[in-house]
Amino acid sequence: MEEWEESGPEVVKRFMYVNRRAPYGTIYALECLEVVLIAAAFDQDVSVVFLDDGVCQLKKNQDTTAIGMKNFSRTYGALDDYDVEKIYVEKESLEARGLTADDLVIPVEVIAADDLRDVMAQQDVVISS
Amino acid sequence: MNSMLHLINKSPFERTALDSCLRVAKAGSSILLIEDGVYAALKNAAHAIKISTRMEDFSFYVLGPDVAARGLGDTPLIEGITVVDYEGFVDLVAEHEVTQSWL
Repeated sequence: MEEWEESGPEVVKRFMYVNRRAPYGTIYALECLEVVLIAAAFDQDVSVVFLDDGVCQLKKNQDTTAIGMKNFSRTYGALDDYDVEKIYVEKESLEARGLTADDLVIPVEVIAADDLRDVMAQQDVVISS
Repeated sequence: MNSMLHLINKSPFERTALDSCLRVAKAGSSILLIEDGVYAALKNAAHAIKISTRMEDFSFYVLGPDVAARGLGDTPLIEGITVVDYEGFVDLVAEHEVTQSWL
């Protein structure tokens, strides 16, 4: 462990997590959120992107009482506590679903695909789910 | 008895289940949107025209609990789609001779 402590913090990589799935229909959204929160504990440069149906993960007013599943939408609020501050939502995906930034549970940077392209190109590791 | 109940549980943005169903299903059939299929019911979404232009051909339903789970309870849905609960789901299955799941 000591060796890791010594060598670990010097290597900071840029990690980007790309969320492309809607919540609840599959397990991808919840699993990716957990991975991001775990990874954030390792002091890496973390970005989170919500793209395609992934933008639906952040929709306000989720109420899962009747489907008997855990409502994990509030957990996105913990990203800020873990110093994950680079949170991007693709503009085109949001608009295609008739949603705006006001519909989302956390403050995000709404970014057009043209600009997201550049942010994505700067990453060392990109993990999509 | 009505002919067929079609179940769509995939997002129309990600999969072609709804498109194929709308192409193949016989007029007079019923289509129930469940799970991620409920995103097809969003009135202000780009694809809303797929359903809104077929209202005369099909009876459309959407499962309320799945709408609420996804935070869409306060979001406008396409006019003419009937929201049903689990009991309504059971009634629809009982009212149709055949149920087809478009997995």
